[in-house]
Amino acid sequence: MSDTIAFTLNDRPVEATGISPAMTLLDWLRGPARLTGTKEGCAEGDCGACTVVFERLSSSGARICEPVNACLVMMGQVHGCAVRTVEGLRGRDGAPHPVQIALAEGDGTQCGYCTPGIVMSMYAFVAGGEPPEPTLLHDALAGNLCRCTGYRPIVDAMARVAGHAADAAPPPAAGSVTGNAVLMHGATRFDVPATMAGLLALRRDHPDAWLLAGGTDLGLLVSHDRQIPARVVHVARVPELQALVLEHGRLRIGAAVTYARLLPFLEGPLAPFGAMVRRLGSRQIRALGTIGGNIGTASPIGDTLPVLLALDASVRLRSAARGARLVGIDDFFTGYRKTVLAPDEIIEAVDFEVPLHGDIFQVDKVSKRRDQDISTVLGAYLLRVEGGIVRTVRLAFGGMAATPARALRVETALLGQAWTEATIERAAAMLGEDFQPLDDWRGSAAFRLTVAGNLLRRLYMRASRPDLVVEIDQL
Amino acid sequence: MSGADPDTARGTAKGGVHSPQRHDSALKHTTGEAIYIDDMPEPAGLLHAALVLSPVAHGRLRSLDLAAVRSAEGVAAAVTAADIPGPNDIAPVGRDEPLFAETLVEYAGQPVAAVAATSLDLARAAAKRAVPDIEPLPPILTIDAALEKGSLLAPPSVLARGNVGQAMASAPHRLSNSFRVGGQEHFYLEGQVALAVPGEDGDLVIHSSTQHPTEVQHVAARVLCLPYNRVTVSVRRMGGAFGGKESNASWVAAVAALLAWRSGRPVKLRLPRADDMVATGKRHGFLYRYEVGFDDDGRVLALDATLAANGGHSVDLTPGVLTRALTHVDNAYWIPHIRCTGFACKTNTVSNTAFRGFGGPQGVMLMEDAISRIAHALGKTPEDVRAANFYGEGSNDETPYGQKVEDNLIRRCVAQAARDAAWDQRRAEIDAFNRASPVVKRGLGMFPLKFGISFNIPSMNQAGALVHVYSDGSIRLNHGGTEMGQGLFVKVAQIVAEVFQVDLDRVRITPTSTAEVPNTSPTAASTGSDLNGWAAFAAANTIRQRMAAFAASHFDVPEDAIAFRDNHVQVARPGDNRTMPFGELARLCHQSRVSLSSTGFYKTPGLHWDAAAMKGRPFFYFSFGAAVAEVAIDTLTGESRVLRVDLVQDCGRSLNPAVDRGQIEGAFAQGLGWLTCEELWWDGEGRLRTAGPSTYKIPGSRDMPPVFNVRMLEDAPARAATIFRSKAIGEPPLLLATAVWTALKDAIASVAGHSVPVILDAPATPERILMVVQGLRNRSGELPSS
Ligand SMILES: Cc1cc2nc3c(=O)[nH]c(=O)nc-3n(C[C@H](O)[C@H](O)[C@H](O)COP(=O)(O)OP(=O)(O)OC[C@H]3O[C@@H](n4cnc5c(N)ncnc54)[C@H](O)[C@@H]3O)c2cc1C
Ligand code: FES
Ligand code: FES
Repeated sequence: MSDTIAFTLNDRPVEATGISPAMTLLDWLRGPARLTGTKEGCAEGDCGACTVVFERLSSSGARICEPVNACLVMMGQVHGCAVRTVEGLRGRDGAPHPVQIALAEGDGTQCGYCTPGIVMSMYAFVAGGEPPEPTLLHDALAGNLCRCTGYRPIVDAMARVAGHAADAAPPPAAGSVTGNAVLMHGATRFDVPATMAGLLALRRDHPDAWLLAGGTDLGLLVSHDRQIPARVVHVARVPELQALVLEHGRLRIGAAVTYARLLPFLEGPLAPFGAMVRRLGSRQIRALGTIGGNIGTASPIGDTLPVLLALDASVRLRSAARGARLVGIDDFFTGYRKTVLAPDEIIEAVDFEVPLHGDIFQVDKVSKRRDQDISTVLGAYLLRVEGGIVRTVRLAFGGMAATPARALRVETALLGQAWTEATIERAAAMLGEDFQPLDDWRGSAAFRLTVAGNLLRRLYMRASRPDLVVEIDQL
Repeated sequence: MSGADPDTARGTAKGGVHSPQRHDSALKHTTGEAIYIDDMPEPAGLLHAALVLSPVAHGRLRSLDLAAVRSAEGVAAAVTAADIPGPNDIAPVGRDEPLFAETLVEYAGQPVAAVAATSLDLARAAAKRAVPDIEPLPPILTIDAALEKGSLLAPPSVLARGNVGQAMASAPHRLSNSFRVGGQEHFYLEGQVALAVPGEDGDLVIHSSTQHPTEVQHVAARVLCLPYNRVTVSVRRMGGAFGGKESNASWVAAVAALLAWRSGRPVKLRLPRADDMVATGKRHGFLYRYEVGFDDDGRVLALDATLAANGGHSVDLTPGVLTRALTHVDNAYWIPHIRCTGFACKTNTVSNTAFRGFGGPQGVMLMEDAISRIAHALGKTPEDVRAANFYGEGSNDETPYGQKVEDNLIRRCVAQAARDAAWDQRRAEIDAFNRASPVVKRGLGMFPLKFGISFNIPSMNQAGALVHVYSDGSIRLNHGGTEMGQGLFVKVAQIVAEVFQVDLDRVRITPTSTAEVPNTSPTAASTGSDLNGWAAFAAANTIRQRMAAFAASHFDVPEDAIAFRDNHVQVARPGDNRTMPFGELARLCHQSRVSLSSTGFYKTPGLHWDAAAMKGRPFFYFSFGAAVAEVAIDTLTGESRVLRVDLVQDCGRSLNPAVDRGQIEGAFAQGLGWLTCEELWWDGEGRLRTAGPSTYKIPGSRDMPPVFNVRMLEDAPARAATIFRSKAIGEPPLLLATAVWTALKDAIASVAGHSVPVILDAPATPERILMVVQGLRNRSGELPSS
């Protein structure tokens, strides 16, 4: 047990003591560390002003730089990591980093408050060696809001330095923690088990502890709601939860696999899933957020959940007392943010069969803003049409009910029917029987129903008229 | 103004006017070294403050129990209305706005108390322990309800000319319509913050993120019952403001000041984003109703319009916003007979306030709507109808409030934008695309701009500056303008460098302070560089003249033979090329007891305004522009994208083209957000449910048009006596985003082959667009089939 949080900050080893492991990294930087370059714009993970970069070496020794929202990260999560802030970008000669120069010289700052966060997102982008394609530039900026510039000069500056600055900063010091860690201070105890057995025992003994994966949902309780948890159990260092395996046509995703790690696996037949995940949060969110966390939150607007429903996934749960059990995703959600997860259980993994060639698999996300927005409606569909007849069909929606849910009556109206416009129209008309959505700030019930019906029409159009432009992004 | 010739031939001094200079803090911004108020080293004994906000939109505050707050860990002070030594009034103009609600709460989010504790977390935790006892009253939450109940903040204001009734009755065609536009959250990235530090005898120094240091000074002094000379307000920079830190910064600072006075310790109040969004005012949402009479050519003969603004619970700056809206209804169009009635609706929502454009953006939407409907009614293009109505040059050039439109650049801007956008060609392409595309539709929209520059209240159009030249030739510049990211500081420094013909980096920019330049106006209404630029010019020029006089005697030549050039003073006479570095001159001036410090003052000439009659010359000049936007909409989901814009903006002869381009792009982006994705959503009890960036969506980088062409109109020096022939730039380009709204309507109309006119309320969210599309489809019986 220790009250020392050890990590690497801007290439130097740091031991933070006398602070709560549930304090946010942002509060620590701006407070005790007096590093005020990193800004708070929202304390809810949405503005990016607090962006810092986590650096690590991949198994092959390559440096990986991931932007994260310092406002969502608890200090306990930082233990053993290498963090870079805007203060740590200068070269050994003291000169500003090329991204800093490019942004300044390109008139990419006005009030400057978003700027340090933008600089860090740029730095991570450049370090990743990505080409300056507009899609990627916007991906890399989706987690950073700027209210002054209109972004053009930022995007231009980023394009100019892309691929140029990878060697400007020294590689991270190898700071890695092995074995269980227990961090304690004040009212909070923060456990970082390194084994499944350790995790399950903690879960059994402390069912009320916060089970923390990436913290992009739970972190809001600290950052935004200013709650102080008594006990946190951080699941992310248990190897089994990090498994990511594609085998015999099934993809198994450990619960603590982040979206960033998952994305390369969502290609080929799973590309529609991948395209949606690229719109889930931002790079900052995807660097921390996990699929297990999305399932654990069980929100009716959790974006992966309708996809998992369409793919007929199964969720593997595990407890110390009863070992593993598999629950079909259809049976997993029991009510608004309620699931079958027992108090002593954890989510270990989720797995599903990858759609076959010829299957129709699509995912549509509709939100007020293209990037970094919560879905108003999300639709995911998996169909097999053979000989013009719908042979199998699973249609799932988010934002339409208290849980992510399949449109069972619509499915029935499609199953075994001819795959025609008339069938789709008939089926779409059943949506109102499957769902009675709510009115809220993301959309009225009428809008949600109309959109969901239209998404079914789009589904058919995409399959039947591949020549048509059916999305504004295609322009 | 004499002395420095504005158009001195360029010497070698770097960074004078008209050159593209980077923001003075650009590199500091990127390294994180630029210091904002929350970054300042914290004074010993600092307390952190938090607000207690009303959970109820309207109700009688029967009691407020702070016992649990006061006994909470770390709490040093807790204050309510009862603890205010002076008047409980923070109104910027009127006298009706309490700092803390006393007996009546009038909106959900209204401050009722504040607490200061030894840490921010303790302060926020303590604030949650307050127990207000509020007897709820029925709230008025919408413009419609306010109009119905006659709930107004001020009597209606009327801007009228001619005989509307008669002209309307005799017009060959008439039509009417109603639509609405929502408000807008400023979403400055740096939230409201103030740090109040008590000094000797209870004097106060307040570091406030404010556009209006003088008002912070006045409001803090008012609530503490102090003369103004006891309160000093200072601000180096803001992390964005956009009008949101005009009157709202004052009450935030007043809370910090009150708690500092109460506790005798420094107090910092920094609002968490959610408090900031529920407790501080926003752009006014508007409801429009109008009837327009026109002839066969589409010429508007009469306009009878009602504009109702949601003012929120108190007056704040609403009358000014409404006046600017009314004086911008005409926009680029000459309307012979007009009556515009403005209602300042009082509702139980946060009091709306200044926001970049200050009612202008709302005002101009009305005629754009009318134009498109007239075009539809006559089977003409909106472009033809616009052209038929533009202000004339020499005739048909008087605005409804009596000011003539001089130096009219409307037609020039519109023609330029149409050319840049290849309008005719793309119009045809888009129509062809739409005929072949059942789902995705494209639209093209145009918007011409005329925007009046000056505060509508003449007395506000004044500014002061203070310039020192030190004996080493370094220069210190101070003025009443504030830096919120708009590049004001660098522009004014350029002016001073220009006057002395020295390098820009010789001019040191310093924080705005009520101790250096008193009695200032807010940095607002796009007037920052016009007013402060002239004031700094005057200060610098006074010193320059003294230095020139000294140099003349030193070189023993007449004064007119002295020139400032290339960081030197020189004798400019054939055969005599004696010269001396500027620093050496400063040293010698000091030796010879020449004063090297001067204030400067400026007031905009020729302004007058009769607020009751709504007549006069409120504007020093007009700024012009035009925009063409192309959008695409998805008729299945209502999602939209801006594909391309071509903006033309009149900047006069730009003081700093780099900064001005940034203002144009940034303002456009903000206007785009207002009209498309930014939606404020209150629930049935009047609670704002979009109180954070997770629910309130400002544009992101991908929302910007992939083709984003910006042109500053060339060869268009301002003719009025503006500073170095430049024009204001802060607000006008925001209005250019109106072209996106007209383009969206065009795209939507194509769904029904342009056979049905489109009513599109803003913000044009996917929901609004889809519902309008769906309505058209139902009417025209057309389905999005393949
Ligand atoms: C700015 C922002 C944007 C976002 N955008 C999106 C979006 O577009 N779409 C979307 O769907 N979500 C979005 N989210 C929500 C969030 O990122 C996702 O739900 C994410 O998947 C949560 O993962 P996490 O690892 O961060 O979860 P955590 O916050 O660590 O945990 C979330 C919940 O899951 C539980 N949990 C975590 N791991 C396990 C486990 N192994 N076993 C049992 N329970 C577990 C936790 O106890 C907790 O209840 C966003 C969040 C933010 C802050
Ligand atoms: S402060 Fe806004 S994302 Fe962290
Ligand atoms: S520069 Fe002000 S928010 Fe980006």
